[in-house]
Amino acid sequence: MNYSMIRYILCRVLEFEALFMSLPCLVGIVYREKSAVSFGAVMLVCFAVSLIGRRFKPKNKVFYAKEGFVTVSLSWIVLSLVSALPFYLSGEITSYTDALFETVSGLTTTGATILTDVEVLSRSAQFWRCFTHWIGGMGVLVLILAVLPLSGSYNMHLLRAESPGPRVGKLVPRVKTTAMILYGIYMGITLTGTISLMLAGLSVYDAITLSFSAVGTGGFGLLNSSVGSYSVAVQLVLTVLMFICGINFQVFYLLLIKKPKEAFASEELRYYFGIVFLSAVLITLNTRSLFDNAFDGFHHALLQVTSVITTTGFTSRDYNMWPEFSKTILFILSMLGACAGSTSGGFKISRFIITVRSIKNEVSYVIHPRSFKKIHMDGHVVESSVTKSVLVYAMIYIFIFLGSFLVLSLNNFDFTTNITAVAATFNNVGAGFGMVGPSGNYSAFSVLSKFVLMFDMLVGRLELLPILILLAPGTWKK
Amino acid sequence: MQIIVVGCGNVGATLAEQLSREGHNITVIDMKSDVVHNVSSNFDVMGIVGNGAGYSIQKNAGIDEADLLIAVTGSDELNLLCCLIAKKAGDCHTIARVRNPVYSREINFIKEELGLSMIINPEDAAALEIARVLKFPSAIKIDTFAKGRIELVKYKIEEGSSLCDQSLKSISAQMKCGVLICVVERGDEVFIPAGDFILRAKDEISVVGSVKNSVLFFKKLKVPTTRAKDAFIVGGGETAYYLACQLLSIGIDVKIVEKDKKRCSELSELLPQATLILGDGTDRNLLMEEGLPQAEAFVALTNFDEENIMLSLFAKSISKAKLITRVHRIAYDEIIEELDLGSVIYPKYLTAEMIIKYVRAMQNSIGSNIETLYRMSNDKVEILEFLVREECPVVGIPLVELNLKPNILLCSINHKGNIITPSGQSRIGVGDTVVLATTITGLQDIKDILV
Repeated sequence: MNYSMIRYILCRVLEFEALFMSLPCLVGIVYREKSAVSFGAVMLVCFAVSLIGRRFKPKNKVFYAKEGFVTVSLSWIVLSLVSALPFYLSGEITSYTDALFETVSGLTTTGATILTDVEVLSRSAQFWRCFTHWIGGMGVLVLILAVLPLSGSYNMHLLRAESPGPRVGKLVPRVKTTAMILYGIYMGITLTGTISLMLAGLSVYDAITLSFSAVGTGGFGLLNSSVGSYSVAVQLVLTVLMFICGINFQVFYLLLIKKPKEAFASEELRYYFGIVFLSAVLITLNTRSLFDNAFDGFHHALLQVTSVITTTGFTSRDYNMWPEFSKTILFILSMLGACAGSTSGGFKISRFIITVRSIKNEVSYVIHPRSFKKIHMDGHVVESSVTKSVLVYAMIYIFIFLGSFLVLSLNNFDFTTNITAVAATFNNVGAGFGMVGPSGNYSAFSVLSKFVLMFDMLVGRLELLPILILLAPGTWKK
Repeated sequence: MQIIVVGCGNVGATLAEQLSREGHNITVIDMKSDVVHNVSSNFDVMGIVGNGAGYSIQKNAGIDEADLLIAVTGSDELNLLCCLIAKKAGDCHTIARVRNPVYSREINFIKEELGLSMIINPEDAAALEIARVLKFPSAIKIDTFAKGRIELVKYKIEEGSSLCDQSLKSISAQMKCGVLICVVERGDEVFIPAGDFILRAKDEISVVGSVKNSVLFFKKLKVPTTRAKDAFIVGGGETAYYLACQLLSIGIDVKIVEKDKKRCSELSELLPQATLILGDGTDRNLLMEEGLPQAEAFVALTNFDEENIMLSLFAKSISKAKLITRVHRIAYDEIIEELDLGSVIYPKYLTAEMIIKYVRAMQNSIGSNIETLYRMSNDKVEILEFLVREECPVVGIPLVELNLKPNILLCSINHKGNIITPSGQSRIGVGDTVVLATTITGLQDIKDILV
């Protein structure tokens, strides 16, 4: 393990954290809020620590995949611990565990909250909550790779560890350029979203924060009713934003370089469109008695479906009241997640496709024991190593799910609450059913449960292995 | 620049690594997915699995925007086809590796007709390098500049040599023969020495100067300067063939040991003057019987690096022959250095050097300003020859008054065929070529030497 290299990159992460924190500090100053002081203080400390850390440049620059994974997960943990401080110092969230839960939920773009009333928060704190979604959506190390002149082979290891999906590839030969393109697209979408929301009638502040939340597919809102009390136009814009950010960013790149044919050749994308549309139609039909007209019903069904499949977690209606069939569809969609390489969480549609095809192959082996068949996706053969890792991913996913579910049952809440709390955090959705549904929150859980849920959120965002590798004793041997 | 490398073997991987380090955007193509995966995860390059001669694969790799395609797969025909298609598809520069002697003889025709920018033949290049060393066996390595007028000779200082524990200033005062010691390698360290630098035994020095002057220098040192009279070659591959051709033409006797009967008969057709021995070159008795102990030069060119190293070590123990060992694949340069095998030839570095020289020249809008490029001691030092094409801030000013970057040493100026070893009062003129040694990598033009 190259500890000095990891330390060096962590210091750079803190430097960026200081930069991030200057924004809510600014918001606090603009609105003359006391909490600006706590943001400013944490910002200065981060900056000082990073300055000291940067003075000692590592001599040994050996950096393997192992170091990449460890660096990414440690960065996320450090980032969470530090980002939680302003909430706690300003006294807006009284317990540090709760502040940490809120931050982890923000950075992992989950959107699960322990606050019973979000409207009492200061504007800078609300801004920070939504901004953490934006940071976490594309990932902080990807940003560092885009900005800093980190040369050498290790940047690929960092990119791979932080980006979601079974196969992480580059768009262009250089990691730095790839990261710049990703963030460019990300910022473009955010900017367009903010302007559209303003055109739809929101104030600048509301438009910026909500578009952070939607583009990062996070789900923190500014109101207790999430997005339920906004106008139809605003809700429509948010639906489109969430939907767009559930698409693999490679598609946008291909569109930008004018290769629409290749962009739309992605099977995952077609499945994504299909699943969203079909689910919305089914829910509209199922809930038609609850809405005045079909348009209204479809509008809310579509918003809810997009919100859940992209693992955002915005809610416009309390779907706890909806029929069981609709609720089950939403639950399944929340496990599924959107496309790989997007800002969404969950299992990812491409993994689902690969899993289904390997099942099909396995069945065909029984019928034709000597048959030889490879799994294809997007017109290419999926290598057996990828298939294997997808299947193992599925197994680990189930084990962690069940383990967390078991610990949560100690709270003695009802079955639905427990299982959907795990599903909502593990898949980075945020909103579940029962007590953690649209009108509820996570404040009632015990401290132990909260830590388990935080673990789930991090594991879900970083796609299992980076966090799990921290727990393996072999990682830390010299 | 956007560069596509087809073939991820030894040379392909070395190229991908070095070109990417020089700041180019590299895409590699190979048919084996594990090789591509390996290269793209170790270096900052993009990998594509497929046949590099395929139009759609090249499209996929971005041939439209590419500036250069380098084809270094194992097959000559595939390389040529890759370049041909790339030329038509993307209208970019193309470099192909062609090693079959049948094609090499017609190399200019192929190059012209297929519109290739450059054809490289690593075997031929390696043979050329070996032949140069055999002409002056006391040297570890000889490189040439200014169309052969300037020589860079790498020499290891022996115990008790008159150079030991002397400063460079006093050496040049004693010798008075117009050569310059431009690079000193001591263990892992490399120096671009100043006048007060003191040499030690076992240092490897690189001496630059005109051919006449460097011969004079080594004569004064009492180092034998006569060339080897015969060469004992083990392994009859392409390099052996090219080498034998060159050695025979300058009157060095050649003995080649080759175990494949078919190849032996081929070689005997091609090289009627050479002595061909059909047998296993690793057989101790055979080597003794064929007179290895009396040989003046021993060249190990089998296809196995380990075998070459073993053979050279054996030859070192029983003879006084000049040893030349070819190492293709293994990446333990520093261990091989420690074995003290004399000259070690790495064809993959030779090829990479040639291509990098071309790429740097391409980057210059005016055309090629780098005439020659050599790299030493794990690429820590570069020896470059620049052509001064036009008026620029270095022209016409005494060298003492130039504000040079640190770690640059001007070694030699070729002024209309006169080789000048520069002093403080020398001036550079338009049309001169300038040889310099530097630890700064990536110099593009003579102007870059100024602060």
